[in-house]
Amino acid sequence: MKKMIAMSAALAVSAGMALAGSHGMTVRMGTEGAYPPYNFINDNGEVDGFERELGDELCKRAGLTCEWVTNEWDSIIPNLVSGNYDTIIAGMSITAERDEVIDFTQEYIPPSPSLYVALSDDADLKNGVIAAQTNTIQAAFVAESGATLVEFATPDETIAAVRNGEADAVLADSDFLKPIVAESGGELVIVDQVSIGGGVGMGLRESDTELKEKFNAAISSMKEDGTLNALIRKWFGEDAATF
Amino acid sequence: MFSFCSDPASLEGTKWLACYLTTGKHMAFYASFGTVMVLLLITAPVALLFGFGGAVAARSPFLPLRWFGKSYTAVVRGVPDIAFFLFFVIALDQAFEYIRHKLKCPDWELPVRQGNDFVVCPEAKLPLSSSPQWVHETYGFFIAVLTFAIVFGAFAANVLHGAMRAVPRAQIETAEAYGMTRRQSFWRILVPQMWLYALPGLSNLWMILIKATPLLFLLGVEDIVYWARELGGAKTSAYAYPHPDWRLWYFLALLVFYLGLTRISEILLGRLSARLSHGRATLGSERQGRTA
Repeated sequence: MKKMIAMSAALAVSAGMALAGSHGMTVRMGTEGAYPPYNFINDNGEVDGFERELGDELCKRAGLTCEWVTNEWDSIIPNLVSGNYDTIIAGMSITAERDEVIDFTQEYIPPSPSLYVALSDDADLKNGVIAAQTNTIQAAFVAESGATLVEFATPDETIAAVRNGEADAVLADSDFLKPIVAESGGELVIVDQVSIGGGVGMGLRESDTELKEKFNAAISSMKEDGTLNALIRKWFGEDAATF
Repeated sequence: MFSFCSDPASLEGTKWLACYLTTGKHMAFYASFGTVMVLLLITAPVALLFGFGGAVAARSPFLPLRWFGKSYTAVVRGVPDIAFFLFFVIALDQAFEYIRHKLKCPDWELPVRQGNDFVVCPEAKLPLSSSPQWVHETYGFFIAVLTFAIVFGAFAANVLHGAMRAVPRAQIETAEAYGMTRRQSFWRILVPQMWLYALPGLSNLWMILIKATPLLFLLGVEDIVYWARELGGAKTSAYAYPHPDWRLWYFLALLVFYLGLTRISEILLGRLSARLSHGRATLGSERQGRTA
């Protein structure tokens, strides 16, 4: 209780300091923190993964101070447009539908296929029950394919649904599924592969054009000197698609 | 935590478990139990205050105030919690920022609403984007307390309104006969006696509030259910401590916690009820008198 009072006092003080000026703009990087190896919370409780390393490097090159924030995937876009953080860097594929609401930088991961993963090779992908994460390109794809779609809030739950028989198969990004299949000891198998969606980019508010240009320039410079490709190989394996 | 934890891959058995259960992530999980308890302990009195205000307003002789009290209880009770937590909170946050924007940046020319975006000047951001993360978390926590208090305050207002009407009319008439003013008879006669009638309803609300805390995550506060789901999920070797799906164990721990909390609450509320019934002509106190 005392601690809370002290905290609220500190809150009031820091709010008061707003008058002192706006120097030292901090860019808040919003991510999901549940999608290894793109982004996840490591055992120390910190954001880790490909996008953490990429984001830190981009901020360094753009000369920005960055702070990492996690937010549930489902409400990640509403919280961006209402200004709770400034970027989405969460393995988000660039789609026309999302582009109407927010803006994207150029892609920092080239388009990569999605995989159907199931317990056996003969899973029914056409008419069966397919698990996918809510509000993903995979969920939209399954809904159109004619199969029965079951949606889950987190990527981990889509895998658990296949393991416990609730769904016949899961459709998700190959870079997310491959390590899981490899470590399942033969329990999970890759059934099919589909190419959906474009590359992955950073999401920003449409009004934030200046910040977008800064990140675009930083991504270009990482593409040019090969550091981006090296980073992709480090996190997604030697055979991952690069630029 | 322990010195032998530096290389998790080489550990086995109890040592592995000891290291696993003391990672930074688990510490955050344990701390979130504190967050939930602090939330409950702050929210309950604040909600009761809101409820009391609502109940007093709903029985006010002043018509607009009565309308306010009645519409508060009717509207808030009618809106589903999850809708309230998703939309109201963003709206509340934006309202605060909009007021600050008007006060701090009178010269700002760009519109606040730009398409889908809500853009205020950097000085009006709440908290400032340059503030450390804990300030953001504390702010989110207080927004959560406020939202919980508004929602549960509406239910409490209804309970208290009923309790105030349950106090026998003869008590108030006696007070008036002694020459007490409206205000005096309200504070000295009505309020002390209404708690007994309000207690069953309020204890129900308390139990529901305990169970409603997982809604915290919708507000960006990482609560025990979030951590249980996050820690329990299957982990590949991208993590230092890979393991299969252990959500069942984590949620079992939560079950024990919630059941324990409700049991302790039941015992304490039972004692409170016994104390309030003392010397009162109600069914509860008569039964007590007979057994004692």
